[in-house]
Amino acid sequence: MTDIFALLKGNPGDSDYEKKGVIVQGITGAYGSLHARNMIAYGTNVVAGVTPGKGGQKFEDKVPIYNTMKEAVDATNAKISIVFVPAKFFLSAAKDALEAGIKLLVAIPEHVPIRDTMETLELAKQKGAIIIGPNTPGIMIPELIKIGIMPPTPFKAGKIAVLSKSGTLLYEISDALTNAGFGQSITIGIGGDPVNGTRLIDAFDMVKDIQDLEGMVVVGEIGGDSEEMLAQRIIDSGFNKPTVAYIAGRAAPKEKRMGHAGAIVMGTYGSAESKVSMFNKANIPVAKRPAEVPVLLAGKMEKSD
Amino acid sequence: MQLLEFQAKELFREYGINLLDSISSTNIEEGRKHAKELGYPFVIKIQVPVGGRGKAGGIQKCHNDDEFEIKYPQVMDLTIKGEKARAILLEKMADIKKELYLSIFLNRSKRCYTIIASVEGGVEIESVKNQIIKEIGLGEVSDDLAKEVAKEMGLEGKHAEGVADTLKKLSKLTIEKEAELVEINPLAIMQDDTIMALDGKFVTDDNSNFRHPELEKYQEKTAIEEQAEKSGFSLVELDGDIAVVGNGAGLVMSTLDMLSDNGGKPACFLDVGGGATTESVYEALTLISKLDRVKGILVNLYGGIVKTTVVAEAFLKAYEDNVIDLPVFSRLKGTESEKATEMLQGSRTKIFGTVEEAINAAVMGVKN
Repeated sequence: MTDIFALLKGNPGDSDYEKKGVIVQGITGAYGSLHARNMIAYGTNVVAGVTPGKGGQKFEDKVPIYNTMKEAVDATNAKISIVFVPAKFFLSAAKDALEAGIKLLVAIPEHVPIRDTMETLELAKQKGAIIIGPNTPGIMIPELIKIGIMPPTPFKAGKIAVLSKSGTLLYEISDALTNAGFGQSITIGIGGDPVNGTRLIDAFDMVKDIQDLEGMVVVGEIGGDSEEMLAQRIIDSGFNKPTVAYIAGRAAPKEKRMGHAGAIVMGTYGSAESKVSMFNKANIPVAKRPAEVPVLLAGKMEKSD
Repeated sequence: MQLLEFQAKELFREYGINLLDSISSTNIEEGRKHAKELGYPFVIKIQVPVGGRGKAGGIQKCHNDDEFEIKYPQVMDLTIKGEKARAILLEKMADIKKELYLSIFLNRSKRCYTIIASVEGGVEIESVKNQIIKEIGLGEVSDDLAKEVAKEMGLEGKHAEGVADTLKKLSKLTIEKEAELVEINPLAIMQDDTIMALDGKFVTDDNSNFRHPELEKYQEKTAIEEQAEKSGFSLVELDGDIAVVGNGAGLVMSTLDMLSDNGGKPACFLDVGGGATTESVYEALTLISKLDRVKGILVNLYGGIVKTTVVAEAFLKAYEDNVIDLPVFSRLKGTESEKATEMLQGSRTKIFGTVEEAINAAVMGVKN
């Protein structure tokens, strides 16, 4: 497993330590340009943008724009990209990035066909690259680097890892954690699609060995079985840092897609009950409301002291 | 989107999967005509996009005109899991030796297509015994693999050949149409040893619709759903009296859960997407005004950078334009919330500091 922190931060002594370059694919679109500006304002080192046909121009008079990912990577040596292109162009943008040597690709678009996601993942596997998303708010180390669309206010640097399928619930729950004094070491948006580049278990593997990690929060929702797999992985790995979960969609009707393409219960597959019971088996309390998450986490921490 | 049985079977037919003769109709006059063409005995099958039809009485055997006149309207009037009949399928009755199970689905955690097959079909998938499960990557099922599956099912001769052939056709269909799930349950061995699909389930990946104009005719949307989609919203209609609106699918689901925990009954799930603007909130209120039964609206918006005054403006405009006359119970997390509260004074919208308070007020509010 590629070390996510090595990608996002680098190692002390690297010339680009804590200022890793990020390329924005689709930087001239309305959405891409808005969030490129927001990321730069947050302190993310946006080194290039890519928009076919606009190579040679500059974004905000500063960031050079290239026609292809190959040109952008050759010029900057960046290993990270974030994709803002419309869903139907995602596959070609992702291929362009992976072929050019990108090792961490954050896929923002919603409504990417599942087949395109699966093809992207096959290529990523061959190239040893990590895909976050699609349909994700992104990934961030609070107060250091933000590769995504999340607002900055809910987040604060700290020692809790937050993994979430949902965007707004990630903000909501991180906000509650921050207010309770729990800053975040890293937050990873898994995304709301049926097939995720980084599943909950993959994200868990990325964060479980963080040296000063004090706890973990998992924000899941109905659909699929990635929460169940995570709970099993936690049991098997003997991970014993205080962990709390939240599952959205207990009251959702079966066989209806609840906003996210992946949020659908088929029979018992994907049901909230199944997820809650697996978390309980792993001795992980499941909050009834977002506001309850920091309370349960504090309780877990007291017990483990 | 889940297709109806007769729609799934249209696709099966196109791909050469064996089927019994059948005709679909939407009223009894049409049905009578089809009954004559088909000839008795046949089965009357309700067409709804959910499972569990047999248990609910939606599949009835029919042997003569008298039975037809009673059973056709009976089946047509059923509501199964909240779904009314979209059509009625009349299908020839035939003698079956054995019922099998066969499906190909998109395995979310393994990220590939997966076959499930069994010689003990005809029951819901959870109860299907002796399941043979094969992960097959992203490509079509090969001759060898199809034969292997049939062999593992314990089939021989003509039966094995027929099932292998069906599996290959099913895989071609799944991949070409980018389905999330295609299921034949039961797949039957008939008295004459042919293999036939007696039922069909087909779930599309709606995100790939732009590549499949040929599936567009199966799209079934109410006027309200169509409008929601045009605005970029996700809407699920429910049968309670409090409309639930928010930004982000997870947040709206969470609000729905908390409302239900507190004894409230949601009338809909409405996700207006990540951001919230005057236009999107106004549009959401317009949509809700078209739903029946709604007595109050619960709004939960979370935005680090959303100006709540912008949202307040949308509420005021909706009252002014007579789009809504309903009470709104709202939790707006964002900037300038004091000013927004001031703006909304004297209106039917109340702003609360936490979603819990908004929910309590909504539950109490619709009782009066």
